[in-house]
Amino acid sequence: MSDLQRTDVLVIGAGLAGERCAMEVAASGRECVILSLVPPRRSHSCAAQGGMQAALGNCVKAEGDSPDVHFLDTVRGSDWGADQEVARIFADNAPIAVRELAHFGVPWTRVRAGTNHYFIKGEQVAIEEPKEKAGLIMHRDFGGTAKWRACYAAAGTGHAALYAIDSEVIRLGITVRDRMEAIALIHDGERCHGAVTRCLRTGRLGAILARATVIATGGHGRIYGKYTTNATINEGAGAAIALATGRVPLGNMEAVQFHPTGLWPSGILVTEGCRGDGGYLLNSAGERFLVALEPEKQELASRDVVSRHMMNEIREGRGVDSPNGPHLWLDLRHLGEAHLTTRLREVYEICRDFLGVEPWNELVPVRPTQHYSMGGMRVNKDGEAYGMSGLYAVGEAACWDMHGFNRLGGNSLAETLVAGRVVGRRIADALERTATSADIALVDQAVEGQTRRLRSWADRPEGGSVYEIRDAMAEIMMNRLGVFRTGDELDSAVADLRVLRERLRDASLRSTSPGPNPEIGFAIRLEGMLDLALVTAEGARARTESRGAHSRLDYPARDDERWLNRTLARWPVDADGPVLDYEPVGLLDLPPGERGYGHAKRVEMEMSLEDYNAVVEAAQREQGRLASAEAIGSQLREGAWRAAEDGSKA
Amino acid sequence: MSETSAEQVASTEALVAERKPRRLKFRIFRYNPQDPNSEPRMQEYRLEETPFMTLFIALNRLREEQEADLQFDFACRSAVCGSCGMLVNGRPTLACKTLTSDLPRVIHLHPLPSFQLVGDLSVDTGSWFRGMSERVQAWVHERAPFDPEAQEERMDDELAQAIYESDRCIECGCCVAACGVAATNDEFVAPAGMNRIARFMMDPRDGRGRRDWFDVISSDEGVFGCIGLMACQDVCPKELPLLEVYAYLRRKALGGWFLGGK
Ligand SMILES: Cc1cc2nc3c(=O)[nH]c(=O)nc-3n(C[C@H](O)[C@H](O)[C@H](O)COP(=O)(O)OP(=O)(O)OC[C@H]3O[C@@H](n4cnc5c(N)ncnc54)[C@H](O)[C@@H]3O)c2cc1C
Ligand code: SF4
Ligand code: SF4
Ligand code: FES
Repeated sequence: MSDLQRTDVLVIGAGLAGERCAMEVAASGRECVILSLVPPRRSHSCAAQGGMQAALGNCVKAEGDSPDVHFLDTVRGSDWGADQEVARIFADNAPIAVRELAHFGVPWTRVRAGTNHYFIKGEQVAIEEPKEKAGLIMHRDFGGTAKWRACYAAAGTGHAALYAIDSEVIRLGITVRDRMEAIALIHDGERCHGAVTRCLRTGRLGAILARATVIATGGHGRIYGKYTTNATINEGAGAAIALATGRVPLGNMEAVQFHPTGLWPSGILVTEGCRGDGGYLLNSAGERFLVALEPEKQELASRDVVSRHMMNEIREGRGVDSPNGPHLWLDLRHLGEAHLTTRLREVYEICRDFLGVEPWNELVPVRPTQHYSMGGMRVNKDGEAYGMSGLYAVGEAACWDMHGFNRLGGNSLAETLVAGRVVGRRIADALERTATSADIALVDQAVEGQTRRLRSWADRPEGGSVYEIRDAMAEIMMNRLGVFRTGDELDSAVADLRVLRERLRDASLRSTSPGPNPEIGFAIRLEGMLDLALVTAEGARARTESRGAHSRLDYPARDDERWLNRTLARWPVDADGPVLDYEPVGLLDLPPGERGYGHAKRVEMEMSLEDYNAVVEAAQREQGRLASAEAIGSQLREGAWRAAEDGSKA
Repeated sequence: MSETSAEQVASTEALVAERKPRRLKFRIFRYNPQDPNSEPRMQEYRLEETPFMTLFIALNRLREEQEADLQFDFACRSAVCGSCGMLVNGRPTLACKTLTSDLPRVIHLHPLPSFQLVGDLSVDTGSWFRGMSERVQAWVHERAPFDPEAQEERMDDELAQAIYESDRCIECGCCVAACGVAATNDEFVAPAGMNRIARFMMDPRDGRGRRDWFDVISSDEGVFGCIGLMACQDVCPKELPLLEVYAYLRRKALGGWFLGGK
């Protein structure tokens, strides 16, 4: 048979989440194999620049910060969609994660004692940092938080973190098989036993048998085609292969975060700072359209609002036409060369390297762009899948659910490390309790199934191009599952995505050359992406409310009476679409309330908190979940946020 | 809203239009080691240039429209992941941040030398860099185990910034491909390796002393193997000051020789 390997734990994904999880497993003495599409250090975690949230409270603007305040910000930011137990585990462990990274060598930016000059809302402010704090890890402001909390390593936080974690993986001698793609899970309907792999060096199929399998494949922004800040490898294969089991549900796939300024046509993220420091947005007539639409905040209105107006301008024909498609302009010219090459140096470098323009002389083409996937493979607080044992998920691929319907900037990097650590430990514990081995016939069957799948692609008669289908998918997703959504558009999106699935069945390859043929690799990933796209569309259509990043123009209120829940989407084998189900968001400690920004309308829940929580507890008992009061992780300390709330208002 | 801005928009659009679309000619190295019928060769393609076209955009269009099995590597397409090093008109560089408008009409693309070829423009830099990391033990040799309860150790921000500067290498392999010594001596740790050594040497959290470092750097495989032509520094897309790095290491190595180190 093809290449077969056995191990205790298979981790699919070598970003921060997968590698941190593998370290924990290896530290417990278990054998572990990590798979990755690319060498680990090229995983998309390396692209995060801004920072990592952890309530260390080290600088003046962070005074009074604590995990309690961080918990509050996270739950509020999620528009109460988060699982509050998970938000608690997260907030309590984030400081440990950041300090551990310092131990592994991350050169965190440190507090400088004495007078420091910061830019706050575009203005320079002098602040005196005390001597006692000198040399501790510094924080910066990141939006949506009561305190300065984001820890950062100059402009390369994700890079520094990923290099430090990967160094530890090398030190521990963990096997990483890069250019090795998981294309299906091996399972018996009850338990997961590993994955079928395709080698991206040779094109050969193989299998890895494992007692526990972890999905750590990152976000799936590429279901928006080129309209994403995500890397080309963020194609959501992990969620797709979990969905393909027919048993494992994905959570809240309709919860998608957008960023107003993706560079056009490449989609590269241009930071918020460019508007914060006074940049304008112009339409094709050269008008600052936000001045009339948002007289008060103008370009500084929230991400959602700015993105919405930008999409409207484009849709109503006031976008700038280009051979690459319509866009708007970001005008930074009035900020001047000196400011742009110092304060906004990263923005300047992006303009220079990817457009060849000097932003003090020329305009910069931008568009709203997909940025973060809150949804993913649904797991409980211990990282375990629903509906299948031996399967786990961590990082952006997971819906562990500390983000609910809106992720706060800087929370996702911290999540990868906290989840990796906590879930890795849980897996090591679970291995103590289970002794399983897969039937080799099961493996053969799985590999044969995938061989047939690939062959069916190679054998097809001439048909449409997979790339055209991808582009059609991207247009549907960006235009109808973008920043703002309506019932009519969602109906048509669902219908059109179904048509695309049909078209994909008739599509064919242009090349069948042997080896790691990139076209066939893309074709099978596109099958998965279209599934995820349809799940996203169905979930968004069903959710008749607005919550966090899911904004329905036809249902503008947040409806806690009907929708204080999480979407679960399963795709039964051979069904032609997903089946949606719902579960409560989790135990409520912080009662649903105002987020303090975004839409204000809200329908209150009639059920009492006690009754809601009783339902959650009963469900958890039924599913045999571990109590969260175990040694690692944390438990909800009822009402602990109260003191913090007073503090954060002060 | 000002009228000047509308005028300036018009002028920018004119600027874009002025960059007349060229018909680019690509000459690309092709070889698929997995295909017994494949021979190394150069193949020619033509492509209409579009505004703001990078080699990331161009190569993907070639693959999607003309040559479905063309192999190359991109991930971040924003010059941070180090995937896309290749020879562009003979010079090692990141393809994703190379604008076609900065190149002549005829563009030659080859895979980076010194690395195992995967196919066409794709090379295995990952294995090379993991091997290098293992050889120089590129991790913090901790002095004490991590204590989750303790506050972080303090560090001067100047030092943190200095470590960050040398930590910025993205392992793209351009410097290795440019280095004549690395091309002929597999054991040579190469510029990126020496930079990595310097990064851990200056980090006070790393417990290794001079003696531990001595063997790694003071040989022909280490800093004394370098003949100082500085091809590496010229091509580094992150503009790492490799010249300074070697000077630092040579000083350290000689110091270690005479003083016996700690
Ligand atoms: C431009 C940008 C900037 C960001 N900035 C910030 C920030 O400042 N702060 C913050 O907190 N967050 C930020 N984020 C979000 C954050 O970077 C990500 O959420 C996080 O890094 C995800 O880490 P991960 O380990 O889950 O996945 P990734 O780092 O994406 O890793 C996924 C891994 O899975 C592998 N993989 C995928 N599919 C397969 C398969 N089928 N088989 C085998 N392997 C596979 C890949 O090779 C890769 O190794 C940013 C995101 C973007 C796009
Ligand atoms: S200076 Fe040294 S390391 Fe750099 S290219 Fe020349 S020989 Fe190689
Ligand atoms: S030192 Fe520069 S050229 Fe060499 S691998 Fe690192 S980033 Fe690339
Ligand atoms: S694709 Fe990441 S550096 Fe070029």
